[in-house]
Amino acid sequence: MFTKTLSISAVALATAVAAPAFADRDQIKIVGSSTVFPFATTVAERFGKNTEFKTPVVESTGSGGGLKLFCAGTGEEHPDITNASRRIKSSEVELCAENGITDIVEAQIGYDGIVFANSKESDQLDLTLQEIFLALAKDVPTADGGVEPNPYTSWNQINPALPALKIEVMGPPPTSGTRDAFLELAMEGGCDEFEAIKAMSKDDHKAICHTIREDGAFVEAGENDNLIVQKLQANPAAFGIFGFSFLEQNSDSVQGSKINGVSPTFDDIATGDYPVSRSLFFYVKKDHVDVVPGINEFLAEFTSEDAWGEDGYLADKGLIPMQDDERKEWKASITGLNNLSM
Amino acid sequence: MTSMLTTPTRLRKSREASETRFKWFGRGAIALSLAFLVFMVGSIILQGKGALTTSEIAVTVDLSADNIDPNDIEATSFDSLMKKSLRETFPEVTSRGDKRKLYGLLSVDLGFELRDQIIADPSLLGGPQKLWFTASDDADLVLSGTVDRNLDEENRRMSDLEISWLETLEQSDSTNREFNTKFFTNGDSREPELAGILSALMGSILTLSVCFFVSFPIAILAAIYLEEFAPKNRLSQFIEVNINNLAAVPSIVFGLLGLAMLLNTFGLPRSTPLVGGLVLSLMTLPTIIIAARASLRAVPPSIREAALGMGASPVQATFHHVAPLALPGILTGTIVGMAQALGETAPLLMIGMVAFIADVPSSIVEPAAALPVQIFLWADASERAFVEKTSAAIIVLLVFLVLMNLMAIYLRKKFEKRF
Repeated sequence: MFTKTLSISAVALATAVAAPAFADRDQIKIVGSSTVFPFATTVAERFGKNTEFKTPVVESTGSGGGLKLFCAGTGEEHPDITNASRRIKSSEVELCAENGITDIVEAQIGYDGIVFANSKESDQLDLTLQEIFLALAKDVPTADGGVEPNPYTSWNQINPALPALKIEVMGPPPTSGTRDAFLELAMEGGCDEFEAIKAMSKDDHKAICHTIREDGAFVEAGENDNLIVQKLQANPAAFGIFGFSFLEQNSDSVQGSKINGVSPTFDDIATGDYPVSRSLFFYVKKDHVDVVPGINEFLAEFTSEDAWGEDGYLADKGLIPMQDDERKEWKASITGLNNLSM
Repeated sequence: MTSMLTTPTRLRKSREASETRFKWFGRGAIALSLAFLVFMVGSIILQGKGALTTSEIAVTVDLSADNIDPNDIEATSFDSLMKKSLRETFPEVTSRGDKRKLYGLLSVDLGFELRDQIIADPSLLGGPQKLWFTASDDADLVLSGTVDRNLDEENRRMSDLEISWLETLEQSDSTNREFNTKFFTNGDSREPELAGILSALMGSILTLSVCFFVSFPIAILAAIYLEEFAPKNRLSQFIEVNINNLAAVPSIVFGLLGLAMLLNTFGLPRSTPLVGGLVLSLMTLPTIIIAARASLRAVPPSIREAALGMGASPVQATFHHVAPLALPGILTGTIVGMAQALGETAPLLMIGMVAFIADVPSSIVEPAAALPVQIFLWADASERAFVEKTSAAIIVLLVFLVLMNLMAIYLRKKFEKRF
């Protein structure tokens, strides 16, 4: 009995290892941003259902991680497409080029708003970017042009019109693309309103604008936006920073603060009136287009009005569509497989 | 004399008191851990039970030859036929936006569902039929009462208009709640009402099979050699210490190793149960080796000596007598190791198994997810209906674990020998 079990397992082991694992890949592989993940997977699923091709595999690796995998080389072990919640950096284009990937197709798919929200049990706030910066920065400018550690502990110290609530904000950790975008759009936007900081050298400027306070007023709540929403429900005095789609799904319990007088609504993010919104992208490896079956068709599905249009199914998932003429331009560029130009 | 008697009494009393105290502390500790367990499992079951039922909406579809050619069913545009039938059910809906909302009451799969029902039962063709379709996740949340329909309109995703449609349907007995078989037969989906656990479950089963067939024979050979044949010297001590240390290495390290060695050096396919199983078997190996050595050591030496005394060779003594007696312990250790592997996500993250995979995998070289990964992905999704799916997936994972542990107990009882 015993030796039999052993020999059966040994045989199974041998066949498992010897199995022909490397048939030509007939399935699109996508990696990249967790923000674009829900949209890419929705398109992948419809594409799989409506065409003869297999449903693409979509991995959630983060924008940076995705581009690293994407730029590692060509060949079937490397992904065909990577999603990004920011534009590709020139250093990443160079990395790609070093590994022989020179033809990349860039695709912008729409916008995502980042909201500053609290529980509906509290009042909706009307903040400016400057007030957000003052509430969350590690160092803030003083009247005489220098900087000092952030002295503010409650909102009404920043602006007497704001409530006398303790500053308590939950947001994503530094690994998150949402955090990068928040720093770039909200913090830096508020920071640049101080002439003294704007005049600083590039490094000093970045150090002040991109450093979030570490004295407990800002809490890193992890990558899971659902968790932040739940914590806001439990603590009406706290604020959270997360993507627009989570606000939309939980509109019964949380509300987005107005920023510079504009509420985070679908229309105001689409027109760009809401200041904290970013573009979402994906990148396609051109060398793979005619090797892995279905990439052209996948691009056609992604850029169809049914998908990314104003009434498309991606809008239902929380993607903010581009304007009509923008979509037209991008569609032509994507389906024409135009090369990325930095 | 009295002092001689009282002192022992007092001593005895204080000893008895300390025993009682200890017993109560012990009971308290058990009660507390049970309370945690009940709270955890209870809250998961309460939250997850919603995912086990699903809402259906009945729509009358005209299946006459005007709409469907009986000789060429596949040529029909099932999506448009369904949309037309919905418009006929609510003829007052005219604006484009409202029509979209109306179609949104049903899942996006409505066309496929109609086609499947017709193919399963062609006798439906010929006239109007009242057929059942899966409701969308938003409609399901309202129908099941998870979302309060008396809230202000701006505080919920469904508008008053959509809720009035649902109420019309409810009054005409066209809504229904049913056991959610889709949850067990579908793969992952972005639409909560269609999302199922099968692809992740199959992924877990395949991954664990690879893990078992790789780690079990290697671990047993290693354990038997080390315990029965290896000379006891510095080298074997060094190996023993290393195996014990290996058992305590955080699993993410094995993931990185898998990424560097299996994917980058050997070029095995990413996101597959083959790679997942190999990585997990690295993690399980030390656990099984340690358990197997302990149970080999627990076999009385008299067995070994008797066999050798009767003229058996050391290999015969080991494989005919010692190993079978140690088998129950080895199997228990193996299953405990596998159960640990079942719950791992960290190493799978590194080798690309944290991915959206809709197709159910059928071999170990096809991309697959695993149960804990599925839980992680659903917990991260923005759609409200995924909250209950997450809990339901946790229940499936727990059931899987309980089954594995039951198997361990059964095997132990079956092979156990007492002396």
